[in-house]
Amino acid sequence: MTAPSTPVPPTAAPSLDVRGLAYAYPDGHQALFGVDLTVGRGERVALLGPNGAGKTTLVLHLNGILTGGAGGVTVAGLPVGRKHLAEIRRKVGIVFQDPDDQLFMPTVREDVAFGPAAAGLRGAELEAVVRKALDRVGMAEYADRPPHHLSFGQRRRVAVATVLAMEPEILVLDEPSSNLDPASRRELADILRSLDVTVLMVTHDLPYALELCPRAVILSEGVIAADGRTSDILADEELMARHRLELPFGFVPSSVA
Amino acid sequence: MRSCKHFAGALIIQDVHVPDGFINAPVSVAAGVAAAGAVAVSLRGARRELGDTSRAGGHGGERTAPLAGLVAAFIFAVQMLNFPVAAGTSGHLLGGALAAILVGPWTGVLCIAVVLLMQGILFADGGLTALGVNITVMGVVTVVVAYALFRGLVLLLPRTRASVTAASFVAALVSVPAAAAAFTVLYAIGGTTDVPVSKVLTAMVGVHVLIGIGEAVITMLTVGAVVAVRPDLVYGARGLTAPLKLRVGGELVDAAPAAEPATAPAGSPRKLWIGGVVTALVLAGFVSFYASASPDGLEKVAADKGIDSKVEDHAAADSPLADYGVKGIETARLSGGLAGAIGVGATLAVGTGTFWVVRRRRTRTEPGTHAETTA
Amino acid sequence: MAAGHAHKLYRHAHSPVHELPPHTKLAAVLGFVVVVVSTPREAVWAFALYALLLAVVAAKARVPAGFLLKRLLIEVPFVAFALLMPFVVPGEQTTVLGVSLSVPGLWGAWNVLAKGTLGVAASVLLASTTELRELLLGLQRLRLPPLLVQIASFMIRYGDVITDEMRRMSVARRSRGFEARGVRHWGVLAKSAGALFIRSYERGERVHLAMVSRGYTGTMPVIDEVTATRAQWTYAAALPLTALLICLLGWTL
Repeated sequence: MTAPSTPVPPTAAPSLDVRGLAYAYPDGHQALFGVDLTVGRGERVALLGPNGAGKTTLVLHLNGILTGGAGGVTVAGLPVGRKHLAEIRRKVGIVFQDPDDQLFMPTVREDVAFGPAAAGLRGAELEAVVRKALDRVGMAEYADRPPHHLSFGQRRRVAVATVLAMEPEILVLDEPSSNLDPASRRELADILRSLDVTVLMVTHDLPYALELCPRAVILSEGVIAADGRTSDILADEELMARHRLELPFGFVPSSVA
Repeated sequence: MRSCKHFAGALIIQDVHVPDGFINAPVSVAAGVAAAGAVAVSLRGARRELGDTSRAGGHGGERTAPLAGLVAAFIFAVQMLNFPVAAGTSGHLLGGALAAILVGPWTGVLCIAVVLLMQGILFADGGLTALGVNITVMGVVTVVVAYALFRGLVLLLPRTRASVTAASFVAALVSVPAAAAAFTVLYAIGGTTDVPVSKVLTAMVGVHVLIGIGEAVITMLTVGAVVAVRPDLVYGARGLTAPLKLRVGGELVDAAPAAEPATAPAGSPRKLWIGGVVTALVLAGFVSFYASASPDGLEKVAADKGIDSKVEDHAAADSPLADYGVKGIETARLSGGLAGAIGVGATLAVGTGTFWVVRRRRTRTEPGTHAETTA
Repeated sequence: MAAGHAHKLYRHAHSPVHELPPHTKLAAVLGFVVVVVSTPREAVWAFALYALLLAVVAAKARVPAGFLLKRLLIEVPFVAFALLMPFVVPGEQTTVLGVSLSVPGLWGAWNVLAKGTLGVAASVLLASTTELRELLLGLQRLRLPPLLVQIASFMIRYGDVITDEMRRMSVARRSRGFEARGVRHWGVLAKSAGALFIRSYERGERVHLAMVSRGYTGTMPVIDEVTATRAQWTYAAALPLTALLICLLGWTL
């Protein structure tokens, strides 16, 4: 368990503040139509929504990979833009859906070291950061293994570690539970719960959202269509149906929450 | 993985990575320098080819390494994909033409060079001292010839998908024997064995025309498959974008066609191109005619009867290069025809390359993307 | 499934050869091969000595002879070529067991076989005593352009992933009753190759996004640096220097 790098005064800026964000791809397809979203420090928020709602587009705005539309994104008080891009990318840790895309280095250790090394860390300091990040996901003993020799669940945990090594302000997970067997899914939930960072989790796995995130927002047709307690949102059948969200068969949110 | 393919039938269709000691040291070094130069130029060119267009901004999105790396891995994998030919034999793609058409010539050279480098170091497939020879022959020559031909044909033919596939067929078909011919040239200058150059040329080019047909069919089909699904990913077909559609009352209608800047001035280049091809054909015909009409036809008969050992001995002994021009052509009628074909290919390649560079420079000096003035 | 092609090449062990820094080994092998190639083919004894040198290295590296010999099979296509040479090369003829063979052809075959085999053996020894990523670090250390090293390292990293994808597509084809038997089926295979290209390219784009998200700006951060002491260089240089001595003797004798 680690504490955030600096003690945070209660008046601190929220981890994430999205204001009026709209974006159209160069080919003319418009994906976002004015997204407003604020995520406070330490919150765990689930981002729900049907396929094609603009979830991935929103995520790519959070660290400035996509820019240039209307509105803006602020991360811990820092506006996302050319000027602070390196700083923003350190603060916003995105865990992509396919861990094979994220683990591009020859060994686990080098992969976890990639981000901090790009930020300028070297030698023993770098080594310590890597070890700590791997410890947090329970993968320290796999440091010298090539990523493609790990199981899928292990790879996803390492992917989380690669991002944690950068001490992010906010952890953004794209479909963290996809393709995981039930045990790996639970292990990852335990890890995420133990972390002391702000989490924004894009997911179709509604029980997982309920389990991990007290708050949920629905992104639909490029805008935030609902924002509230996860248990309330999942229980609102009419709202869920309107945005093509469905609970697994036999799952009753109120019985869990 | 590779060793399991080594049964007699497959041998012929195997790719030939030149081992150590086959080409003498000076020529190997020269080829190494040439290959290093080509790779250096390609490194610079690939940045432009895989340039940052949409994402990541100009700030720091260098896409060359991951994209070229993945394409190299693709080429590596495809080279392991065996295509059954007939009666238990199988061939596999060399991939030079495919890479050039799919990702562009610079990235293509880089990918093939990296594949060859890794094959040399890891699998001992191709000698380390022959790395320059291998990269020059299998990377640079195939890619340049294939891409130049491809671009030329695409400019010449109507702007359709069928043209793209047809052009990739021809490009791949010529690129393989062109590589064989390039190898023969290196062999003629610096071969360490005494096999007569003409025999090497005939054997190499003959066999590689056959390989080239397989390469061409597979390349064409693969490019066709990609063009059908993601035409935007085919570097060589970037001009072929579908017209924009508008949704009007639930039905898709074509948007008013924007003035297409590329087609307007295409008249003159097309004429230039047709002129170039005609010239090349005339040249090739002339060369072939001259070759078959040359008075040394006797030597061909001698070679056929197997009584040429004495005649050719002196040729192989000293200055093989000097004799190459005559010997290579006159030994067999087949090689004469092939030389013609290669001549056309090479001329087309050089012509297209020059044309391409000139056009590129011209478009760069003309700023403004939408309002294109007539030339 | 994920058993990498890489791992059949490398033989894990602790030996003086394994422990040498990768760039010294690369330089040594390259030097050795250059020397071998420049040796006159008439100095038959020199090639025997080279082979002996490699045998010593193999013994030091604890690479079994069987492993080495099996890997030499990569050369088979050229052996076939070399065996043809005595029959096709014109020149002075000699008769061996009643078969007429040409003397320059025999010399040519010997030249290609000896030099080629020694080159392959040296490369095999390098690959079996050096891990993949070490080789990449070594190449980087030897001043190969960094971008080229990056491309190579991505190729190595994703070679297995893409080969696996290819295999899965082949399984999918076969489970639908398709067996590629001849030219008629090239279309199906080419479609797979096309699909594979699209997947590879798209993965490249996603990898690039992941890299940029972690602060990549075009250069790889230095994580591991390999260095070599003077003693290690000397140790590695023993092979090419001894070979050079033999080569010089071969030219003068």
